[in-house]
Amino acid sequence: MGLSPVLWQFLVKWLHNSSLFPAEASGISPYVDALYFFLVLMTIVGTALVAVLMLVFSIRYRREKNPVATQIEGSTLLEATWTIIPLAIFLVTFVWGALLYFRIYDPPANAMNIYIVGKQWMWKAEHPGGQHEINALHVPLGKPVQLTMISQDVFHSFSIPDFRIKREAIPGRYTTVWFEATQVGTYHLFCTQYCGTQHSGMVGEVTVMTPENYKKWLEQSTSGQSLAQNGERLFASMGCNSCHSGTAAARGPSLAGVYGSKLTLTDGSQILVDDAYLRDAILNPSRHVTAGFAPIMPTYQGQLSEDGLIDLVEFIKNLQSNYRVQQTFMTSASGESAPTTPPQGTTETVNP
Amino acid sequence: MSAAIGNTILSLPDQSTAQIPKRNYINNEHGLLSWLLTGDHKRIAILYLISITFFFFIGGAFAGLIRLELLTPQPDLVSSDTYNKFFTMHGIIMIFLFLVPSVPATLGNFLIPIMLGAKDLAFPKINLLSWYLYVIGGTLTLAALVLGGVDTGWTFTTPLSTHYLNTHVITAAMAIFIAGFASIFTGLNFIVTIHRMRCPGMTWFRMPLFVWAHYAASLLMVLGTPVLAIALVLVALERLFGIGVFDPTKGGDPLLFQHLFWFYSHPAVYIMILPGMGVISEVISTFSRKRIFGYTAVAFSSVAIALFGFFVWEHHMFIMGVSNYSALVFSLLTMLVAVPSAIKIFNWAFTLQKGSITFETPMLYSFGFMGLFTIGGLTGVFLGSLGMDIHLTETYFIVAHFHFVMVGGMLMAFLAGIHFWWPKMTGRMYPESLSKLAAVTTFIGFNLTFLPQFILGYLGMPRRYHAYPPEFQVLNVLSTAGATVLGVGYMLPMLYLAWSLKYGAIAGDNPWQATGLEWQIQSPPLTENFTETPIMDHEAYDYEWLANKTKNEVTTVG
Amino acid sequence: MDSALATTDPNMPETEVYGEHEHVALPQHRHHFETEEQQREAGSFGMWLFLLTEIMFFGGMFFAYLLYRNWYYPAFVAASNQLSVPIGTANTAILITSGFCMAVGVWAAEVRKRTLLVVMLILTTVFGVAFLGFKYDEYHEKYELHHIPGNNFNVSMFTNPAAYGLKEDPLPPDMAQKTQIFFFLYFAMTGMHALHMIIGIALLFWLTWRAHRGDFSSGYVAPIENFGLYWHFVDIVWIFLFPLLYLINRHPMH
Repeated sequence: MGLSPVLWQFLVKWLHNSSLFPAEASGISPYVDALYFFLVLMTIVGTALVAVLMLVFSIRYRREKNPVATQIEGSTLLEATWTIIPLAIFLVTFVWGALLYFRIYDPPANAMNIYIVGKQWMWKAEHPGGQHEINALHVPLGKPVQLTMISQDVFHSFSIPDFRIKREAIPGRYTTVWFEATQVGTYHLFCTQYCGTQHSGMVGEVTVMTPENYKKWLEQSTSGQSLAQNGERLFASMGCNSCHSGTAAARGPSLAGVYGSKLTLTDGSQILVDDAYLRDAILNPSRHVTAGFAPIMPTYQGQLSEDGLIDLVEFIKNLQSNYRVQQTFMTSASGESAPTTPPQGTTETVNP
Repeated sequence: MSAAIGNTILSLPDQSTAQIPKRNYINNEHGLLSWLLTGDHKRIAILYLISITFFFFIGGAFAGLIRLELLTPQPDLVSSDTYNKFFTMHGIIMIFLFLVPSVPATLGNFLIPIMLGAKDLAFPKINLLSWYLYVIGGTLTLAALVLGGVDTGWTFTTPLSTHYLNTHVITAAMAIFIAGFASIFTGLNFIVTIHRMRCPGMTWFRMPLFVWAHYAASLLMVLGTPVLAIALVLVALERLFGIGVFDPTKGGDPLLFQHLFWFYSHPAVYIMILPGMGVISEVISTFSRKRIFGYTAVAFSSVAIALFGFFVWEHHMFIMGVSNYSALVFSLLTMLVAVPSAIKIFNWAFTLQKGSITFETPMLYSFGFMGLFTIGGLTGVFLGSLGMDIHLTETYFIVAHFHFVMVGGMLMAFLAGIHFWWPKMTGRMYPESLSKLAAVTTFIGFNLTFLPQFILGYLGMPRRYHAYPPEFQVLNVLSTAGATVLGVGYMLPMLYLAWSLKYGAIAGDNPWQATGLEWQIQSPPLTENFTETPIMDHEAYDYEWLANKTKNEVTTVG
Repeated sequence: MDSALATTDPNMPETEVYGEHEHVALPQHRHHFETEEQQREAGSFGMWLFLLTEIMFFGGMFFAYLLYRNWYYPAFVAASNQLSVPIGTANTAILITSGFCMAVGVWAAEVRKRTLLVVMLILTTVFGVAFLGFKYDEYHEKYELHHIPGNNFNVSMFTNPAAYGLKEDPLPPDMAQKTQIFFFLYFAMTGMHALHMIIGIALLFWLTWRAHRGDFSSGYVAPIENFGLYWHFVDIVWIFLFPLLYLINRHPMH
């Protein structure tokens, strides 16, 4: 009697895919799995303990064997035992989990940065060199990669199960996560936060390549313009350079080398200039007025797409001197040919 | 009765002469209006029981459709929109129209006044109003469904629900708003009744643990639900006028909504589970004929759960960019809230020790509860642990976890309670062997459905996915197969309980030889419950008192 | 709940003389309560719990207010300055007077002065309606200024106050947009408060009619007492709303 082909296929599939754990493809995976195994063990032992207690008592004290129950008030000692032991285990779990959390969310200083923009229903990855990818992400092996994420519309969540990382992409603010891939291969990328009709279509692939292959890939897929270059163009076309020119008479503060520094605001508070700060300063300028300047900057809310903002942030991040800013400003002011029309392929980043 | 030491404590009156009491709350008045305008807590409980059963099966049908779609990795049964509407309706109906009112509004309503020795709840009219609000909420939910459905998910996450969907979000939000007030009024009624209507001698520490559990759950209902109400009002206003409280492009904070939403919706989990724990305490004690091990610890752990339960809501938002320090605090508090549940489990287990245990259906369901709730609770610790939560949240792991707590825990407790008090509510017994079969079927079906989902979750399958990568199929097929078994397990009680209404054996006053006040009166009870105000002169679960009482009755009669 | 009893404490002797010690079965006594005392306590306890629910309900909005005020402080200050303090103060006085009348009404019911009770309930209603009238006037003004959040919201008064004859500092345009959030919270909070007032006034009509009929002249005063609690709660919400929305960080116009 032969098995039906459908059932046969099903069994074959089962054997092929009988994995109980996802691949350990990132530096953090073994640490997460270690905690997972500890917790699974705790669950199994805990459940088995309860089951054994129930089973043994059920057999020993069933009515046939023990017709009359002995009334017991309770026992403070026993109760203290099963208060303190679980509490201790849970506290260990808490500390362990907290350490892991900081390990997953605190990127090392040398991490390379890739921007991720989530929108209904796709993931867009932007490499600093200007490479764009949709629903795909190429990363090099063995190098810490930091993802700076934002959503253009609703909550999304960026999850790579084989790397054990996940972070919500939130509208209106940057979130970050980092990983270091340890295995060449392709891995699933999911959106795990329900985001509307095509939620389950918001999936992609993460490709881990050897550093050499990655370098080749970068060269092949470049759009010719890095994010910072796009940013420079935007900086000029939005007229940012008319105030942030870095000259003594400028109406806005100089932006050269501002990234990573501590800025004093008009209300006296100090603030660290990071990606999130720069983004917010463009959209809500009056909340972050640098000491010594008037709150005259207009808001760019609605005029810049998230991609455009990323370009600008990346530009300001890499701005070491005001020389080029002033040059661009002079040329555009004098009516000579200025790079106000970005070349094809990057115009989509400006949302007039 | 004492001669028959067998494997059951069931003691029914002689069926050839026994009769349902001539006067009881069911036949006290006749006609549909006498039910629809009743102030009797027992009749309102029956009204609630009928309506929540109706919604349970609607919600269950959606669950079935979801599992059917997930049989194959391709999106082939229904479109994505329809699928999203399925799981949204499943969530809204099961949570707001089934789980939240399940035990409190039916068993709680029926039993709390009797257990306290009172004639009724403090506010019978508000009790009836609560049922009408529930019905209006339910009708609005069905209206949202019939008009085209909602696809926000039961969590109504902004800005998705406010700016990106054009389905009937406002109708659904209003449905929940109104059903929420039904829950507030039930909780309010319970608290006042427990504080003010206890019979002479009924001190706080003589109350059955069922009442303690309901007291804790009622606190959560009264304090948590209004916050959900205002959050939903703000969502509706934002949709109507586009103001921007939750819209980041206008300066609003979408996380604010989540804070307000989970401030209710996490305690809501305890609103659902605490009354179930109350049922388990009663059942375990009765069928091991023993006082609950550590009565005070079990009572206070209910209150502790309610108290801590209010301060853990942010653990739903660990990966949403909340500050690291608040994440630490909320993770720690989450660990603390797990402890009282552990205490309860072990106290119940040790109640069995040196008992005289029998295994009737309610006891089987309770055993099921203890096993499944232990797994559900311990997997909750995974999610409360910060680093683990990153990988597990928003996957099928979390789906499996809360179904273990809600379905494995609460639904098992609900069925345990329904079987346990069925003879009291109707005066008739359910068929024992069939019901044992149902209990076992449910247990097997449940594990087959949800255990594979833990593995799926760790493999990374996201929740609310209409289509999924093909390598997840095997586990999904297992889960769907389990859901089929589970469906049968839930249909059975519905059928044989209906059958027993007419053909079940006459139960008598106290078929289980239990100690609660509700078992000392006739079944089904009189409209006024007690002919004279009872006086509580013994502790709860005092089986010696019961034995003496039975002996005295025998001597006086004989 | 002690504080509520405290408000009626001075009247306790009278109450006792007429009420508890007589043991007359009142027609309003419900069969499921052992004693009238129990019924009365249950009623007022239930009312207090309900008010607790209400506090949580308003609490959500207060929480949102605190958050956004912290974020958009200048917008909240500027928008708050556009609310009329004289009208707000007048309304506060009116509402407190209304609450006083209600308190006298509760006392009148307890000492079984039917006419006084009816008069006081009517006065409570009149002051309540007056409050709503002023509130309507304020809303109407906001409507004319396009300060009602939504598509017609206009920020020009905040970006260019001089054009409106205001001696305010102009807000940068991005901050001026945030005044919309202030006004939304203003309308949501005062609107919810007004809704409670309207429900209260509807109940007052019913209670006045019953009081006129003499329902509360025989020692049965629970509905009046419980409604009093509700009405005072509505007062108290306003006592919080008024400073938070109208007064906080108000500065003299320079």
